Amino acid sequence: MTADEKVVLHEEEIGRALTRIAHEILERNASGPTPALVGIHRRGAFLAQRLHTILEEILGAQVPLGDLDIGFYRDDVATRPDAPVVHASHIDFDVAGLTVVIVDDVLFTGRTVRAAIEALFAYGRPQRVQLSVLVDRGHRELPIRPDYVGKNLPTSGTEHVYVRLRELDGVDEVAIAESSAVGAGL
Amino acid sequence: MKHLISIEDLERADIERIVAQAERFAEISHREIKTLPTLRGRMVLNLFYESSTRTRSSFELAAKRLSADVVNFAASGSSVEKGESLKDTVLTLSAHKPDAIVLRTPWAGAADLVSGWCNAAIVNAGDGKHEHPTQALLDVYTLHQRVGSIDGSSIWIVGDVAHSRVARSNVLAFQRMGAKVTVVGPPTLIPRGIEQLGCEVRYTLDELHTADIVYALRMQNERMSEMWIPSIREYAAWYQINGRRLSPHQVLMHPGPVNRGVELSGEVVDSPQAVITAQVQAGVVVRMAVLYELLAVAREPRPVAAMAGSQLA
Repeated sequence: MTADEKVVLHEEEIGRALTRIAHEILERNASGPTPALVGIHRRGAFLAQRLHTILEEILGAQVPLGDLDIGFYRDDVATRPDAPVVHASHIDFDVAGLTVVIVDDVLFTGRTVRAAIEALFAYGRPQRVQLSVLVDRGHRELPIRPDYVGKNLPTSGTEHVYVRLRELDGVDEVAIAESSAVGAGL
Repeated sequence: MKHLISIEDLERADIERIVAQAERFAEISHREIKTLPTLRGRMVLNLFYESSTRTRSSFELAAKRLSADVVNFAASGSSVEKGESLKDTVLTLSAHKPDAIVLRTPWAGAADLVSGWCNAAIVNAGDGKHEHPTQALLDVYTLHQRVGSIDGSSIWIVGDVAHSRVARSNVLAFQRMGAKVTVVGPPTLIPRGIEQLGCEVRYTLDELHTADIVYALRMQNERMSEMWIPSIREYAAWYQINGRRLSPHQVLMHPGPVNRGVELSGEVVDSPQAVITAQVQAGVVVRMAVLYELLAVAREPRPVAAMAGSQLA
C-alpha cells in the first residue's frame, strides 16, 4: 500500500456487504428458481464464490456457480499493444431459463459488464440477468445499472480503486488513490 | 509478434503462450454459440498457391470463429494463371487492406518476402520445403494435451525429411520445447546438413524403441518419378511404422493425409496410440490462437507523414 492510499472498506465491512447482498438477492428472487451466480475474472470470481457460500448456507440448497473471462469479448482489442491473456471460463450448468447474477468487484465504465452479458449469452438464453458489484465508482459510459451494490464510492476520473481479496492479495480491503499513469481499463 | 513466418522466430515462452491460448479456445467449442466477437472487423486473406483443403479450411474456420472476415484467393483460376507475379498479386490484394494474409506457396522464403511488401500480418501456411509453423504448433499442442510436457522426451521424425516443411518446423518446435529430436529415413531423403538444426540423424529404425513419440511423415507419391527411392514397397519394407515396430508406450503422429500401407500400416493408424485425429482437431484452435496473437492488438501506427497530416486536419 502506497502512502497516498485511503482504505474505504475494511475486511469486516466487505463481509457485511456480501452478507447483505446475499439477502437482497434472495429477497429479489423469492419466487422462481434459485438464481445462479457468475463471477467475472479474476476478483469477481472470488466474490461470487463467497456469495455462493453465504447463499447455500442460508438456503440449505445448491446454488449454481460459474465464472467468466470476458477477454475475448472486450471492445478495446483494437487499442491495446498486446493480445490479453485470457483465462478459462467455467459455466457447467444450463443458463437457459435461469436468473443469472453477474458478480464483479468494481463497476466503472460498464464496458466489462456489457462484455460479460455478451459472453454469458454464448452459453444460452437466461431468463433474467442481474448485476452485483462490491464497489460502484460511477463514470458509466454505457446504460448499465447494478442491482446490488456493496458500496457507492464517488470518485474522480483520475482516481484508481484497488480491490484486494484474501485469495489473491492476502488481505481484504478496498482502497482508493490518485493514479499517476494508470490507464482506466475495463 | 508481428508475423508467423518461421518457428525460428519464436521463443519457448511464445509457443507456451499460444498453446495456453489454444486451450482457452478449445473450451469455447462446448458453448452453445461457438463464435467469439474478438476479431470483429478484421480481415483475413487466405492466399493459396498450392491446393490445400485442410489447412485452408482450418484457417478459414479459425478466422470465422473469431468473427473476422475471410476472403479466399486461390491461385488456380485467377490472375496468377494470366502471368501475374507474386508481388503484383500481393500489392493488388493489399488494396483491400487485409489485416492478415495466410500464405501457402511452393517457394521457400515467399512468406518472408511478402512480409516486406505490405502492412498485413503474414502467417506462413507452408512455403515450399522450408517451413509450416502452424503445423508444428498444433503438434506441440496435441502432445501437450496427450502427454503433458515433452521436456526431455525423445521424438523420432521418420520418412521423407528432404521434401518436408513439416519436418523442419517440427524439429525446431520440438527442440524449443526441450525434446531431443532424431530424424530417420533413407539417405536420399535426409537433406545434407540437417544436423545443424541440432537434431540427430539416423538411417535405420533399429533403435526406434528408444523413442517416446514417433512422427511419421507423408511419403509423397508424386516424388516417385524422381527416383529418390527404389520403390514404394522397398521404402515400406525398411521404414514403415507398423505394429511390429511401434512399441506400446509410444505416441504416433502424422501430419496427414496418410498413405495407408506406405509410411504407416493400417493397424497403427487405427490404434489408440495414434493421435492423428487429435492433430486435425487441434488445427482450428491453434490457428485461432495464432490469429488472436497477431490481430488482437492495436494496428500499426500509421507512417509519420500521414500522422502529421491527420493532426493538421
